Amino acid sequence: MTETVSTGLPVGRSNPFDPSDELGRLRAQRPLCPMRFPDGHVGWLASSHSLARELLADQRFSNRGELQHSPVAVGGEVMPPREVPRGLFLATDPPDHTRYRRLLTGQFTVRRMNQLTSRIERIVADHLAAMREHGSPADLVPVFARPIPSLVICEMLGVPYAERDTFQRNTAVAMNLEHTVEQMNAAVAEIQTYLRDLVRRKRSQHDDDLLSGLIASSGLDEEELTNVTFLLLVAGHETTANMLGLGTFALLQNPRQLAALRSDPALMDNAVEELLRYLTIVQFGTTRTALQDVEVDGHVIKAGDTVSISLPAANRDPEKFEHPDALDVSRAAAGHVAFGHGIHQCLGQQLARIEMRIGYTGLFREFPDLRLAVPAQDVPLRDQMSIYGVHSLPVEWS
Amino acid sequence: MRIEVDPDVCIGSGMCALTDPDVFDQSEEDGTVVLLDGRPAPDHQERARQAQHLCPSGAIRVMDER
Repeated sequence: MTETVSTGLPVGRSNPFDPSDELGRLRAQRPLCPMRFPDGHVGWLASSHSLARELLADQRFSNRGELQHSPVAVGGEVMPPREVPRGLFLATDPPDHTRYRRLLTGQFTVRRMNQLTSRIERIVADHLAAMREHGSPADLVPVFARPIPSLVICEMLGVPYAERDTFQRNTAVAMNLEHTVEQMNAAVAEIQTYLRDLVRRKRSQHDDDLLSGLIASSGLDEEELTNVTFLLLVAGHETTANMLGLGTFALLQNPRQLAALRSDPALMDNAVEELLRYLTIVQFGTTRTALQDVEVDGHVIKAGDTVSISLPAANRDPEKFEHPDALDVSRAAAGHVAFGHGIHQCLGQQLARIEMRIGYTGLFREFPDLRLAVPAQDVPLRDQMSIYGVHSLPVEWS
Repeated sequence: MRIEVDPDVCIGSGMCALTDPDVFDQSEEDGTVVLLDGRPAPDHQERARQAQHLCPSGAIRVMDER
């Protein structure tokens, strides 16, 4: 038998909504496949739904940043494994991870997020009114998709929305794989400098928001506060914004699905899950590194091996989802891994669900004849960004 | 059916409370699982199994009993 070795994570797309065809081939032939990473490390690529779940739930695999080999190059350069600054708890293991996450989980419960409904409805209504004011055609990204989650997370954290330019501009640089590692690091440093200053300002203000609450009672020091806020701010911005933009594009390109959703608004919660599954915008997935030798699916993953876990491939696995490449708003899509799985599963997922539900509902109700204003192939795609989506989405209406 | 939950393992994803808020809730303080009904009625049992499956950290155990 010839040894299948994937050289790098397959990333090329043949259309805006499907992950690389090569991922589908690998998933069918060898769902756990040796993969050569850009830095030369030979690790693994996992592409099936069951393996993604298994690996992400197995704590013999670490998410510590300094142990991970990056599955994608940055600006043609190898991204070296790096020390994780204190407080950037996504890239840590228990017990550190547990300690930080527990400080925050009470703020992101289903009930707390539901309590934000009327505020999010207000924000969505304001932006739809501004979009109408702007007039047709408009680019949906700056008028709708980007500002809504941005405003919500800023209010929740207590980051002044008026000061968003610094971190929005730098986040765009930090997430773009076409920039150099040096440019990326500089962008991250600039956001951290801004946030460190904000933490200092907030210390004397005693506002009623998440960051002020952490300052008052978490016992975290300045560096930890800065990095926890950094993580929440970036995660809260980029993800939902891209789901709103790309999700709208997907629905406009699937008019029968959009019609089904319009005729039965009760399908919306289901449609949100299906869009999460179908689009899986964390396009390069995630990685885990074995802390000891672990046998998985008949292979031994050696201590130190990094596994690149393709969330988009897992969510298109025909073993889990029938006709996985079809967008079907009526299917039972729950159980997708768009938010990950295991202890690092997205902290803000219940907020994201509500933002999407209110956002899509409002948009398609206010603009019933919304359509693309350019040919679909002219919509610029974020294929070089760690979070996939559209750079812009020109739309028109009557 | 009997349900057991382990708040120590829970990471507060909220998937259980989203799946069946009559059976599962989340602590106000740290978002971890609060079991409201450890012996759910038949019409809640399928959702309880779904919650077990969706739980990212394996904090829910659903057992059948006669």
